[in-house]
Amino acid sequence: MHQYLFLIPALPLLGFLILSLAGKHLHKTTIAWIGAGTICAASIVTILLGIEFLKNPPASGAYTQLLWNWFSAGRLSVAVSITADALTMVFIFVITFVGALIHIYSTAFMRRDRDYARFFASMNLFVCSMLILVMADNLVLLYLGWEGVGLCSYLLIGFWYETPANCHAANKAFYITRIGDTAMAIGLFLLFKELGTLHIATILEEAPKRFASGDTDITLIALLLLMGSVGKSAQLPLQTWLPDAMAGPSPVSALIHAATMVTAGVYLIARMHTVFQLSPVAMNVVAVIGAVTLFIGGCSAMVQTDIKRILAYSTISQIGYMFLALGVGAWSAAIFHFFTHAFFKALLFLAAGAVIEALHHEHNIFKMGGLKHDMRTVFLTFLAGAASLAALPLVTAGFFSKDPILWYAWSAENGNPFLWMLAIAGAFITAFYSTRLMLVVFWGEKKTPVGALPGKWMTVPLVILAIASVAAGYIEWPHNLMHLTLFSDLVQKVLPAVVLKQGLPSEFIFQGIAVLVTFAGLYTGYVLYYSNKRILEGWRQSARMLTIRNFLLKGWGFDDLYHAWFVQPFLFITRINKNDVFDRLYTGLAQVNIRMNRLLSLTQNGSLRWYIAGVLLGILFIISMQLL
Amino acid sequence: MILVWLIAILLIGGVLCWLLAQWNKALSRWIALCATAAGLVIAVWLCLQYKDAAGEAGSWFINYRLNWIPSFGISFHLALDGLSLVLLLLTFFLGILSVLCSWSEIKEKHGFYFFNLLWTLAGICGVFVAMDLFLFYFFWEVMLVPMYFLISIWGDSNRRYASYKFFLFTQAGGLLMLLSVLALYFIHAQQTGIYSFDYFDLLHTSPEASSAKWIMMGFLIAFMVKLPVVPFHNWLPDAHSEAPTAGSLILAGLLLKTGAYGIIRFVLTLFPQQAQAFAWWAMLLGAIGILYGAFLAFAQTDLKRLIAYTSVSHMGFVLLGIFAFNEIAMQGVIMQILTHGISTGALFIIAGMLKERLHTRDINRMGGLWTAMPFMGGAAMVFTMASLGLPMLGNFIAEFLILIGAFSVNIALTVLATLGLIFSACYALRMMQKVFLGPVSVAAPLKDLNVREWVMMSALTISIVVLGLFPQPVIDMVKGVVSGLFVS
Repeated sequence: MHQYLFLIPALPLLGFLILSLAGKHLHKTTIAWIGAGTICAASIVTILLGIEFLKNPPASGAYTQLLWNWFSAGRLSVAVSITADALTMVFIFVITFVGALIHIYSTAFMRRDRDYARFFASMNLFVCSMLILVMADNLVLLYLGWEGVGLCSYLLIGFWYETPANCHAANKAFYITRIGDTAMAIGLFLLFKELGTLHIATILEEAPKRFASGDTDITLIALLLLMGSVGKSAQLPLQTWLPDAMAGPSPVSALIHAATMVTAGVYLIARMHTVFQLSPVAMNVVAVIGAVTLFIGGCSAMVQTDIKRILAYSTISQIGYMFLALGVGAWSAAIFHFFTHAFFKALLFLAAGAVIEALHHEHNIFKMGGLKHDMRTVFLTFLAGAASLAALPLVTAGFFSKDPILWYAWSAENGNPFLWMLAIAGAFITAFYSTRLMLVVFWGEKKTPVGALPGKWMTVPLVILAIASVAAGYIEWPHNLMHLTLFSDLVQKVLPAVVLKQGLPSEFIFQGIAVLVTFAGLYTGYVLYYSNKRILEGWRQSARMLTIRNFLLKGWGFDDLYHAWFVQPFLFITRINKNDVFDRLYTGLAQVNIRMNRLLSLTQNGSLRWYIAGVLLGILFIISMQLL
Repeated sequence: MILVWLIAILLIGGVLCWLLAQWNKALSRWIALCATAAGLVIAVWLCLQYKDAAGEAGSWFINYRLNWIPSFGISFHLALDGLSLVLLLLTFFLGILSVLCSWSEIKEKHGFYFFNLLWTLAGICGVFVAMDLFLFYFFWEVMLVPMYFLISIWGDSNRRYASYKFFLFTQAGGLLMLLSVLALYFIHAQQTGIYSFDYFDLLHTSPEASSAKWIMMGFLIAFMVKLPVVPFHNWLPDAHSEAPTAGSLILAGLLLKTGAYGIIRFVLTLFPQQAQAFAWWAMLLGAIGILYGAFLAFAQTDLKRLIAYTSVSHMGFVLLGIFAFNEIAMQGVIMQILTHGISTGALFIIAGMLKERLHTRDINRMGGLWTAMPFMGGAAMVFTMASLGLPMLGNFIAEFLILIGAFSVNIALTVLATLGLIFSACYALRMMQKVFLGPVSVAAPLKDLNVREWVMMSALTISIVVLGLFPQPVIDMVKGVVSGLFVS
C-alpha cells in the first residue's frame, strides 16, 4: 500500500501542471473538477493509507518511499524521499481533508472570478508544497516545501494583483517569512557542519550522542530553527505579516493562513523535538514566545473591526497556544490543538467569506448585524466555530484541545505559573472576542441588505467542518474526566509523552478555573455588546481608552517600529546609493585623464619659443642626470 | 579535432552571415541558427560520449595539440574536461537563444550583427577549451572585440559610453593578465630552460613566493573584473543595459562565466598556496558583492540595470564558493554558473521582449502587465523566483551548495552572505510587482508570447526546473575536475 505514498503530493502537483499550462483554454467546470478533484483524490488516498497505517502499523513506525536521489556532492547527500509516520499522518490528513473541503467551497466562491484557473493552480501547488513539507524525510526537501508554501502564500495573497495594497501585503508576507527562512537555512548549515547530515531521522538519533544538554551549538541550532518557525507561524516578533495577508480571497485565508501553512512552524518544532529537548533555553524561549504571542494577538483581536483581521489575530493567538504547549513539552497537546484549530478556524474563515460575499464585500463587522435569521446555515456553523474557538466546555473540540494546554502550562516539567497566567488571560480574551464577533455580526439590527445566499457547494463544506469543530474533540479526553486518549496514543508513537511536576493540586481545580474564566469572557462580551452597550459608549468618549484601543488596533505598533528601524534605513541607503558610489571613482579617474590631456595640450601651442625652451630644458635635464 | 570544429563552425558561420547578408538578410539569421544548433548537437554528443569518464579526478576527455609558433613555445592546444564541457553546453544553448531573440529585434546591418554574435561565441568557446596561455589570451580578446561592436552599434541611446567603459575595464584587466602570463613564461624558462606557454608545462612552475603573489593578482584581477567583483563591477550595469538583448544575454550568461572559469582553471591550479592565502579576502569580497549588488538592484528603475545588478549579487556567490576551497562549495559554483546563465539570461530576454513592445526600460512606466500577457508574466515569475533562490529551481541547488560548503570554512562571512537571500527577495519581488502586478498602466493592446518567444521561454523554464530537480548529472560530470582541484 505504501508504494502509493507519492500519489498524495503528486496528485495536487498534476492538478497544478494541467491548470497552469492549459487553464486558459479550459471551461470553468472542468477547472473546478480538476482543481478540487485532485485534492479530493489525494484525501481519499490519505484516508485509505491512514486506515492501513492504523490497522497494521509498519515496523519502523513510518512508511517511506525513495523517489530519486536529488543531489550529492562531497559528504552531502540529499534524496527526494518522502516518509509518513504518525505525526505526518495527522498533518497530511488535515491538509488533504480540510484542503479538499476548502477547494470544494472555492469552486463556488470563486466562480465569477476572471482568473479561475490561476486560483486553482496556485491552490493545488500550495497543497502539494505543504504535503512535501510534512512528508520530507530530510531538511532540504522540507525546506523546498517550506519555501514552496511561502511562494503560494505570496501568489494567493496578491491574487487580486491589480490593487496595489494586495501586492504590498503579499510582498510583506514574503519578506518577513523570508527573514525567518534565512535564519532557518543558517540553522541547516550549522546542523550539517556539526552532524554531517540533514536526514531528519539520523539527526534525531545522532544529536543526543553528539551534544550534551544545553550545549551552545545545539541551542543555537534550535533557536535558528525556531526563527524559521516563528516567521512561518506568525509568532512574535515576526507576526506582523499575517493580519495584512487577509488581502487574499477567504478560502486562501482559511487554507493557508489558518489551517495549514501557519502551523508549519509547529510541525517543524515537533518534528525536531529531540533537538529542542536538548536545549532547555530554546524550550523556554518557545514557551515564552507562545505565551506572549497568544496574549498580544488576543488583545489585538478584541478591538479589530474587520472580520477577517479579527480571525487573523485570533489565529496568531491560537498558534501561540500551540507554541506554548511545545515549549513546556506537551508535544501531543500542541498537535491536538493544531488538529482541532484547523477545523474550527477554517470553518470561521469560510463562513466569514460567505458573510462577506452576501454583504457585497463588506468587511466591517459594525456594518453587519442581524444575520441570524437571514443566513441560517452560516449562522449555525459560525456559532459552532466560534464556540469551539472560545473553548466552550465539553461541547466543543476547542475545549478538549485547549484545556490540556492550560493545565500543562503550569503542571508540565517546563511549565510555570507565569505561563499559565498568560494562557488563562488568553482564554478570557478569546471567549470575549468570540462573543463580540458573534453578537455584532449575527444579532442586533440589520445594517446592510443581504445579497445572494451561498449555494450548496459552499454550505456543505461548512456543515462538515462545523460537525468536526464540535466532535473532533471527543477522541481525546482530559485524564481526570475519561480515559480516552486516541489522539495522543497515536502521536506519542513519534513524540515523547509529557512529564509532569510532582505535588500539584488536582487537575479539577485548574479545569474549574479555566471554565470559569471562559464563562467570564463570554459574559463580559455579552454585557458590553448586548445587554449594556452604554459602558462601551462611555469608553468611546474617554481619550485614554481610545489611545489603548488604537494601539491594540494597530497590533501593538510593531509595524511602525519595524518601519522606522528597518524599512526606512534600508530605503534610505538604497536611495542615496542608487547611482553607485564606486562609479564616482571611475568617472573621477576619467576626469583626471581628461584634465591631464588638456594640460598637456597647452604645450602644443605652435609657438617656436616654447618648443625651443622645451628642448633646452630637456637637454639640461639629461646633462645634469649624466653629471650626477 | 572536434574541438577545432566547434570553434570553426562559429567562425565560418559568422563570415558566411556577413557575406551572404548582402543579397539575403533572412539567410544570415538562419545560418547563425544552424551554426549554433550544430554546436549544441556536438556538445550534447560529447556529453553522452564522455559521461562515464567524468568521475575520475584530473581526467581529460580530449587533448588536441598543434604547434603554432614553436620558436616562442606557443602551441594551438585545446583540451576538454567535464568543466569545459558543461560550459560549452551552456554556451551553445544560450547561443541559440541569442540568435532567436535577435530574430526581429535587429533592424539594420544583419550580416555584420550575426558575424559579431558568432565570433563572440567562438571566442567564448575558445576560452573554455584553450590550454595554452597565449591562445587563451588570444581568445579572450576575440570575445571582447566583437562584443564591443555589438554594444556600440546595435545598443541603446547611451551605447557609446557603455561600450567604451566595457572595453576599457576588460582591456585593463586583460593587460594585467598578459603581464602575468609573460612573467610566468619567463620564470618557467628560467627554471627549466624551456620556453612554453603551455598550461600543463606552467602548472609545475613554482615562482618565488613574493613574485607568485603578484603574478596571481594579475590573473585574479583580470578575472575579477570580468566576473565582476565589487568594486570592479561598474562596467557591467552600463554594458548590460545598453547592449541589445542578445548582447545582454551573452554578457550575463557567458562572458561573466569566463571570469569564474579563469579563476577555477588558472588561479586555483597555478597558484594554490597564494590563492589559499587570499581566500579570506576573496570570500569577504564575495559577501560584499552579494549584499552590495542586491542593494543596488533594489534601487534601480531601469529594468535591465536592475537585472544587471542582480548579476553582481549572484556572482558574489561564485567568488565566495570558489575561495571556500571545498568540494561542496565548488560544485555549487559550477551549478551557479549554469543556473545564473539560464535564469538571468531569461530575465534579460523578457526585458528585451518588453522593450520591443513598450519601447521603454523604465519600470515606473510599466505595471499590471500580467493581465495582458499572462504567459510572459508566468515565465517572469519563474525566473524571478529562480533569482531569489526558490527551491525546485536550479539556482537554489547552487546557492545552497555554495553556502553550506562555505559555512564549514568561515561562519561569519557565510552568514553575511546568507543575508543576501533576504535582500534578493526584496529586489526580485519589487521587480515583479512594478512590471507585472499592480494597476494596469499600459493602454495599448499588448500581444502575449508568440511562437518563437514561447519556444525560448519553455526551453529556459524546462532547463531551470530540470536543473533544480535533477542536478546530479551535472554534478557527476564535473566531479572529476572538482575533486582533482582539492586532491593535491
